[in-house]
Amino acid sequence: MSAAGHAGAHAASGVHEPVFVAAVLAKLEALFPKYPTKQACLLPALWMVQEARGWISPQAMAEVGEVLGLTPAYVRGVVSFYTMYYQHPMGRHVVQVCTTSPCHLCGSSDVLKALLEATQCGELGATSPDGRFTVIEVECLGACGFATPVMIGNDFHDSVAPDRVPELLRGYA
Amino acid sequence: MGYPHPSHPRETVVLSRHFGDAPARTYAGWIERGGYVALRKALGMTPDAIIEELKASGLRGRGGAGFPTGLKWSFMPKNDGKPHYLVCNADESEPGTFKDREIMRWTPHALIEGCAIGAYAIGAETCYIYIRGEFTEPLRIMTAAVEEAYAAGALGANAFGSGKRIDIILHRGAGAYICGEETALMNSLEGKRGNPRIKPPFPAQAGLFGMPTTINNVETLAAVPHILNQGCEWYKGLCLSNPKSTGTKLFSVCGQIQKPGNYEVTMGFPMKDLIHDLAGGMRPGRTLKAVIPGGSSVPIMTRDEAEGALCDYEGIIEKGSMLGSAGFIVLDDSADVVYEVYRLAKFYAHESCAQCTQCREGTAWTTKILERILRGEGQTEDLGLLLDLSENMTGKTICVLSDSCAAPIVSGIAKFRGEFDAYLSGARQPTLVGA
Repeated sequence: MSAAGHAGAHAASGVHEPVFVAAVLAKLEALFPKYPTKQACLLPALWMVQEARGWISPQAMAEVGEVLGLTPAYVRGVVSFYTMYYQHPMGRHVVQVCTTSPCHLCGSSDVLKALLEATQCGELGATSPDGRFTVIEVECLGACGFATPVMIGNDFHDSVAPDRVPELLRGYA
Repeated sequence: MGYPHPSHPRETVVLSRHFGDAPARTYAGWIERGGYVALRKALGMTPDAIIEELKASGLRGRGGAGFPTGLKWSFMPKNDGKPHYLVCNADESEPGTFKDREIMRWTPHALIEGCAIGAYAIGAETCYIYIRGEFTEPLRIMTAAVEEAYAAGALGANAFGSGKRIDIILHRGAGAYICGEETALMNSLEGKRGNPRIKPPFPAQAGLFGMPTTINNVETLAAVPHILNQGCEWYKGLCLSNPKSTGTKLFSVCGQIQKPGNYEVTMGFPMKDLIHDLAGGMRPGRTLKAVIPGGSSVPIMTRDEAEGALCDYEGIIEKGSMLGSAGFIVLDDSADVVYEVYRLAKFYAHESCAQCTQCREGTAWTTKILERILRGEGQTEDLGLLLDLSENMTGKTICVLSDSCAAPIVSGIAKFRGEFDAYLSGARQPTLVGA
């Protein structure tokens, strides 16, 4: 990830607004009976943080640890293992493009290039100057028969060709 | 069917019959299509009888290893007083493979039914379905289907009035290929880094949360209701070649091919026909160069090997590769084998959990060496170095990720050496630029 991706309006401030209050806390607590350990709720809890904040700050990791009875260092160790958990602020819409062999064979390099240009991100991992997008490469989206698959936020778009890119992005403010 | 293509007359549609048929996603729609008959039937059988039926059917694991499913279920201890778990591996991340995605998108209740039968058969009250984080749409569809199945009484404290508790819990991954490895998946589900565990103990002894656990692939579990409905003899009869490979199988065909998609054929179907007939063959003016058949983790097959192979576990081994998860990555004569091998090595380097030295270092260094070859800076001893590293990456680690990285490298050099030599001699212009 480039330094440019870390800058901008989302920069970590010193104050951490707790995520696990009210409805979000209730949602997490509803999961506890489904697993024999609270630790097993760590991945779901991290998803809740990311859905609320767009990324997982060190303070949020400490909060998750507190709720689940885990140390902040342990939580960080888990967060850093999984590529979908973002440890720094991202654009409002994270664009994931598959560039692994099956998609590469079908021209995903051109799709990636078109996305980097149209979003004005310029390079992988960087956030666009308007804060809208961050484009990242992803290792296989499990949709190789629909090359090139692109995920924007939680939305899945299949069979994306370079000329479809500008229209595709228009739906994301 | 070869979704998004209509069914081909040479397909044997069992699992894929309702791909593209959106009303099949609902509980009512699934009932109309004969759904949940098998679960009701199973709940009236003894667990042993279900396991025997599966053993007799010849069903083998569809995730890659091809282990007999009934036998795997029979390894679970009996009357041990411990909680048992069934885990469904829906972490489909093997490059080239996209069949489980379609099963979950179109026939979520087939999977739920298979999971419920499996849970009952192995004495588990809980089944976790671990779905890869990127599968947002399959997760949404599965979530709705599970809710409906609870509401209809198929799941819950008293499944279909049987007195048996069967819970299905969906668990979302977060982007890690290695979590498709069964022991890594269990660690991930427990809220840990997805590091594979040393075996033994095997999951049936000490698996998820230390308890007896069975892990099956989506496609394996989705086949179970069909076997109970139509009988093991029917399933066993679906066989065109080796009697050890029975039933139908979804083959994901992708890469440089006219009609990429999932094709369901009977085990033993000729690969030549699958590629050139069902999947529409090569693009105009192109010829077949190679196929990586098992997802990316297996040796590359040359055109001759691929066109002579039968699509089952034994048929592909006979031609020097492995069936794996049956994601066929097709390369035509325009493909650069060196680049594709490099891209796969880069994939494995990214996905290595880095526990084992051979894998952590091996995947990283093979990627760097391949990169330098593509930049036109390769040295004559590089191929020997790649083979030497690959040898140390094979059979030496906790899991097979490192072996999977080595397989395309070793076979790529053995079978397409001329393409590597062309970069080394300068006959071919560098493909990558910069450092």
